[in-house]
Amino acid sequence: MPRHLVKLVAQRIALGILLLFASSVLIFAGTQILPGDVAQSILGQSATPEALANLRKELGLNEPAISRYLSWLGGVLQGDLGTALSNGASITDSILKRLDNTLFLAFWAALFSVPLSIFLGLISVLYRNKWPDRLISAVSLSTISVPEFIIGYVILFVLAVQLQWLPSVSLITNDMGFFEKLGAILMPVIVLTFVVMAHMMRMTRAAILNVMESAYIETAELKGLSAFNVIFSHAFPNAISPIVNVVMLNLAYLVVGVVVVEVVFVYPGMGQYLVDHVSKRDIPVVQSAGLIFASVYITMNMLADIIAIVANPRLRHPK
Amino acid sequence: MKRIPLSALIGLFITSLFLLSAIFADFLAPYGVAEVVGDVWEPASDRFLLGTDSIGRDLLSRMIYGGQVTIFVALTATALSFSLGTSLALIAVVVGGWFDMALSRFIDLIMSIPTLIFALVVLSVVPANLVTLILVMGLLDVTRVYRLARAVAVDINVMDYVEAARLRGEQTVWIVFREILPNALSPLVAELGLRFIFMVLFLSTLSFLGLGIQPPAADWGGIVKENKEGLIYGISAALIPAIAIAALAISVNLVADWVLSKTTSLKGGRNG
Repeated sequence: MPRHLVKLVAQRIALGILLLFASSVLIFAGTQILPGDVAQSILGQSATPEALANLRKELGLNEPAISRYLSWLGGVLQGDLGTALSNGASITDSILKRLDNTLFLAFWAALFSVPLSIFLGLISVLYRNKWPDRLISAVSLSTISVPEFIIGYVILFVLAVQLQWLPSVSLITNDMGFFEKLGAILMPVIVLTFVVMAHMMRMTRAAILNVMESAYIETAELKGLSAFNVIFSHAFPNAISPIVNVVMLNLAYLVVGVVVVEVVFVYPGMGQYLVDHVSKRDIPVVQSAGLIFASVYITMNMLADIIAIVANPRLRHPK
Repeated sequence: MKRIPLSALIGLFITSLFLLSAIFADFLAPYGVAEVVGDVWEPASDRFLLGTDSIGRDLLSRMIYGGQVTIFVALTATALSFSLGTSLALIAVVVGGWFDMALSRFIDLIMSIPTLIFALVVLSVVPANLVTLILVMGLLDVTRVYRLARAVAVDINVMDYVEAARLRGEQTVWIVFREILPNALSPLVAELGLRFIFMVLFLSTLSFLGLGIQPPAADWGGIVKENKEGLIYGISAALIPAIAIAALAISVNLVADWVLSKTTSLKGGRNG
């Protein structure tokens, strides 16, 4: 790898690490924005002074915000996320149990959606402005226009209630076999696939069409190659870098989609955990789970940029 | 003025229907929003055009009032994010230097955290009511408006007429509001539609998660949440707000597309 490329990648990684720290500040600050007292807003107006004093002590509210942030960050860096207010359990343990489930779901959703959306993108370029292209873009436009949970319920209504092919909740336990687990998450995987596919497919289509304008594509067409051949051996390889970038950005988006889809299917993952504790106003849990979601998102975005840097021939072979 | 394309006309028609039913909700709704008038999940009939909901309230009335809340909150939050985002962006471009730099980096930082996650973090401490909801949604969306408005304004800021205004000795406020804003308006108006849809989807998602509009008031996302158990027994009440959200989003999209296609040269479109 040329030296300046290493430098670019190193710069991007440094920026990513900086963003991770800055986002932890932001998430911490996000729970401190109220002018009043967090303890008061957790317990409500009718709280007794003793209860308030106890909660303040538990949250460490008697110390200044900066020292609270530093001790929280110190704990996070050592893998100690503190204890939940609602049941006193260790947050690290609860999260570890659920993080697996969420990653399992996201992994299979990615495995389905990425090849499918690239394939559909290629199809719609091949049949540009004919009915397959119009059909694909109409379907993708309508999936972009509704929130994730609605796609979830429509699919649930059709597959689990009308056709009765699949169970309506995705309960998953540790003693289930691999294929049993896979069957249980089939429906959330289908929903997540729909959620990210539309955007990925449209960007794939745009990226290839962009390449199709180049002079070497015209040459390939004039050589008499078939449309299929032109797209697969000439246009697609040159569109890989933008496509990979789009794929990574959408995988980052998957992290957010997972929160809602887990609630729809009562799936025991990180998203459900976060949402449950927001309504319980369990601030330590919300901070930790929020930080993990944000870190995954930032890391994915960083990887997308790094891949784009490395895959760009103009940066790889400078003049 | 060119003829308005059919798709935009359909979009305009459906969007105005939704707006009118929101404005005249009090006259249109046959029953009160929290009034229990029938049995649980009655099917559609002459008395209840869309049937009843999970505790026997008229679904049509709840849909109409829910639409009012959804559209009102989304519009207010969009107005907040647009006015703040555009003014910040234009001031940043005109002032330039460290102010632009610091503000843009700060916006980048906020955008590095997914909007929904950040909203959940903030909503875990603020009291749940209309005002805080609008503030959280509006302020978080300032980032995207800022990005677009800044990109548009940077191009306009180097035009000769802006230079001329500067040399005339005009004040910053004049340059922002009299020279740049009028010329940045058309791409921003198209974006306004898309931001509004985003707000509708965002509010629905928050309410669905139980963190948005609190019962007995309703918005469309909340109505889905209230009736989701019915789906398992084959009762499709929860899908009606889903259809409303999709219809509103698609029709606003059609209008925004039309506005955008008229201003596509500013967005660098290839087919414009």
